[in-house]
Amino acid sequence: MSVAVEPSQTAAKGRAKDARDVVTPEGVPLHFELASRSDRATAFIIDVVIMAVTVIILAIAFIFLAFGGLDISGWAIGVGLLLFFALRNFYFTFFELRWHGMTPGKRALRIRVIDRNGGRLRPEAIFARNLMREVELFLPLSLVASAGSMGQSNWSVLFALVWAGIFALMPLFNKDHMRVGDIVGSTWVIKAPKTALQADMAEGKTRALSAGAPAPSYSFTREQLEIYGIYELQTLEAVLRQTGTGAHDTQLEVCNRICRKIGWQGEQPAYPVRFLEDFYAALRAHLENRMQFGERRESKHDAKGGQPPQP
Amino acid sequence: MADVKLKSYEFRREREESWRELEQLLQRAESRGLKALTPAELFRLPNLYRATVSSLSVARSISLDRNLLLYLESLAARGYFFVYGARGSFAVGIARFFTLQFPQAVRSAAWHILAAAFVMAAGAAVGYLLTIGNMDWFYSFIGDAMAGGRTPVSSTESLRAALYDDGGGFVESLYLFASFLFTHNSQIGMLAFALGFALGLPVVVLMFYNGLAIGSFSALYISRGLGVEFLGWLSIHGTTELLAVTLCGGAGFWLGGAFAFPGRQGRLDSLAQTGRRAGMIAIGAVAMLFVAAILEGFGRQLIQDTGLRYMIGAAALIMWFAYFGLAGRERNHERRR
Repeated sequence: MSVAVEPSQTAAKGRAKDARDVVTPEGVPLHFELASRSDRATAFIIDVVIMAVTVIILAIAFIFLAFGGLDISGWAIGVGLLLFFALRNFYFTFFELRWHGMTPGKRALRIRVIDRNGGRLRPEAIFARNLMREVELFLPLSLVASAGSMGQSNWSVLFALVWAGIFALMPLFNKDHMRVGDIVGSTWVIKAPKTALQADMAEGKTRALSAGAPAPSYSFTREQLEIYGIYELQTLEAVLRQTGTGAHDTQLEVCNRICRKIGWQGEQPAYPVRFLEDFYAALRAHLENRMQFGERRESKHDAKGGQPPQP
Repeated sequence: MADVKLKSYEFRREREESWRELEQLLQRAESRGLKALTPAELFRLPNLYRATVSSLSVARSISLDRNLLLYLESLAARGYFFVYGARGSFAVGIARFFTLQFPQAVRSAAWHILAAAFVMAAGAAVGYLLTIGNMDWFYSFIGDAMAGGRTPVSSTESLRAALYDDGGGFVESLYLFASFLFTHNSQIGMLAFALGFALGLPVVVLMFYNGLAIGSFSALYISRGLGVEFLGWLSIHGTTELLAVTLCGGAGFWLGGAFAFPGRQGRLDSLAQTGRRAGMIAIGAVAMLFVAAILEGFGRQLIQDTGLRYMIGAAALIMWFAYFGLAGRERNHERRR
């Protein structure tokens, strides 16, 4: 036997590493998952692109005004300066205030800012976390830019790069993926997926479709149902929910494997999907029943008694 | 399965309708804001949310349907963001900020702000003494953009003109000048706050450097016998502007202090707690700088009398001190006693 890592254990560990609980005032813990660093980086790039496009559009508008014969020397440059200032400093703050902790980039990636202690996301936290972008991003950028244009010493360029590196890479150095702004604002960025509710697989999709068809129903013994655990049940659920090309082949393959594993007597099931659905329903009924008796069997590797349910 | 009794299946059938309703309300509220909901729906939303949270907690103990669990998890989270999310009127938030939070934060950071003021004053003294001794120092302390043509080689007349703005060169437009000043100073102010994270040491440099520039300018004008006029020109906006920059420096020190000396709390908690309040000072200071830019933009052109300039500067200073000393006191009582 090789020392392969059990899939259920890696899944559990993966969940534990990035999972954060927030207890609602109702006393029910909500499980959140921290947004991955790459998601955050992507969201940030989207936001920066939006800012850059806005600046370019503004610049073009001003040029058109100038060619339109308008005198733009005074007020227009003043307004432009103010707009640029507002965009640079308050773009993130504005959207996070209006959209409950989301910016257009975060919205696209389905991530959002929450308070680290589970309280309300307060305006001052949003201000504080976004003010820090000044040292995280704009200052090193302008140092590098000025070093390039004014021919400053290599040392100051190096300093700027090291500085930028420390601040930009801060999310890599802590387990909560926090950047400096998150530390100062006491915030987390978490995944906020929108999961759609699908049909219950225990309903038996094919039974509904082939109403009247003489499909047999399969039944299983208790011993056969005690082979698998929750992880296998939920994997089976995912297999059954699969659609598209190849789904049928996978289901056939899984059906064969289950037959072998549980020692299915008799001929190969003629309706593999139907067989899987019945097995799923029976297994779920069995495991849920055990769970209500306080015995939660995480996977087939768990000892038969399983562990007491998590509080 | 008709013949297998699945509690979780029954459970879902009973509750699904209320989940769907919550989902649909949230969908509308998220895409079009609160105004998309009728008062009756607004009233219903928290109830639906609580029902969903309770469903979630039941589902965790009886159901192994992964899709259902994930769905309830995400629905409850969306409801939670909505019901306990940052809300309330923007105007009320602004009013609370300026009447309570900002002055309270400034009072809490009084010693740090004093330290920032001291560093800036020290910079000014050094700048003055060096420049008055040898005018060449002027060029080291003040960049071309900032000098705006006011250098030791300028004639006394043109230096005087700059104080009373007869119009010339770069500073043609009131709006342009005011917005340039505001954005420039605010950027420095926010930088001063943010640099606090680097243990506050860069803040010292920034404050000192700012002081050097002021001292150096003063030395230039005083050496030409324009000291009184210069200070009048400076005071009209400078009392507000320098105070704001000092506040930002103080906020930076405060943040740096929380990082370096977290005390009994953990470093993260200490930073988080101080960071948010120090950030308020920086944001408030940006508002002050806006006032200062308007004062300078207008004061430079419209108010030509030096005595009047001193009076406005002094009045502004007294007003700020009264504001920071008195505003939002009542709620602070318990802590003071």
